[in-house]
Amino acid sequence: MNHLDALPPWAAVLVGVLVLLGAGFAFVGSLGLLRLRDFYKRVHAPTLGTTLGTFFMVVASIVCFSVAQGRPVLHEMLIGVFLTLTTPITLMLLVRAALYRNRVEGQQRVPPPR
Amino acid sequence: MIRRCLPHPLMSGFLLLAWLLLQRSLAPATLLAGVLVAMGLGRAFGKLRPPAARIRNVPLLVRLLLRVMGDIVRSNLAVAWLVLRPGGQVRSGFVSVSLELTDPYGLAALACIITSTPGTIWVDHDSTRRVLLIHVLDLVDEAAWIGNIKRRYERPLLEIFQ
Repeated sequence: MNHLDALPPWAAVLVGVLVLLGAGFAFVGSLGLLRLRDFYKRVHAPTLGTTLGTFFMVVASIVCFSVAQGRPVLHEMLIGVFLTLTTPITLMLLVRAALYRNRVEGQQRVPPPR
Repeated sequence: MIRRCLPHPLMSGFLLLAWLLLQRSLAPATLLAGVLVAMGLGRAFGKLRPPAARIRNVPLLVRLLLRVMGDIVRSNLAVAWLVLRPGGQVRSGFVSVSLELTDPYGLAALACIITSTPGTIWVDHDSTRRVLLIHVLDLVDEAAWIGNIKRRYERPLLEIFQ
C-alpha cells in the first residue's frame, strides 16, 4: 500500500502508540478550550498540544522514518524547538490583549494597571 | 580574530545545527554551505544589536532543562485531569511575583518556561519594579506558586545568566 508497510511490527506498534498519545493530548487540550469557562482559563488548555502532544508526534515521526530509512532522521526535532520558542509569544499577546480590554472595561476580577 | 569572523558563536552554532538537520546530510559541500550561512546570519544578527548573552554555568543549564521537562510532563497530566474530570470548575487567578532576575535572556528563558508549562502563563513584567504577573489555572496556594517559581526556576536562571 505504502512505504509504511515496510516497518517491522514492533516499530509499527510503537509508532501507533506514540501517535495516539500525541493525538490524545492535543484532543484533551482542545476539549479544555471548549470546557473551561473563561478566557484566561481557556488559554491554558492548548499548551497540552504544543508540549506533550507535539513531543509524542515528533518522537513517532523520528522512530517511523529512522526505522523505515535505516538511518537517523532527526530534523523533526526542530519543530519542537521552534514551537517552544514561538508559542509563548502568541499566548502572551492573546492574554495581554484580553487583560488590556478587561481593564478598559473596568472588570473587577483582573489586576488593575500599575 | 575569532570574534571578528564569528561575533555570535552561540547563534551561529544553533543556525549551523538547524541547517545540517534540515539538509539531513553531513557531506562536505553541505557543511561548507552551512558554515557560510551560519557565519553570515550571525553577522546579520549582530546588526540587531542584541544585548550580550553569557551562559556561565552549562551543567546547571542542562539540569534546569531536565527539570523543566519533568515539570512540563507533570503539569500536562495535571491540566489534562482538570479538563477531563466531571463537573466542578477550577479556581484560577493572577499572581504577582517580585523577581531579582534582570538579564533579558534570563527573563526570556523564564517566560518560555512558565508559558510552556501547562497551567501557568506569563502575563506581564514590569521591568522598573521587577514584578512579574502570571496567571495560574489551578490556584490553590498563592505563596506556594511564588516560592516554586523563585526556587525552581529563578534561582538557577540567576546563576546561569546573571
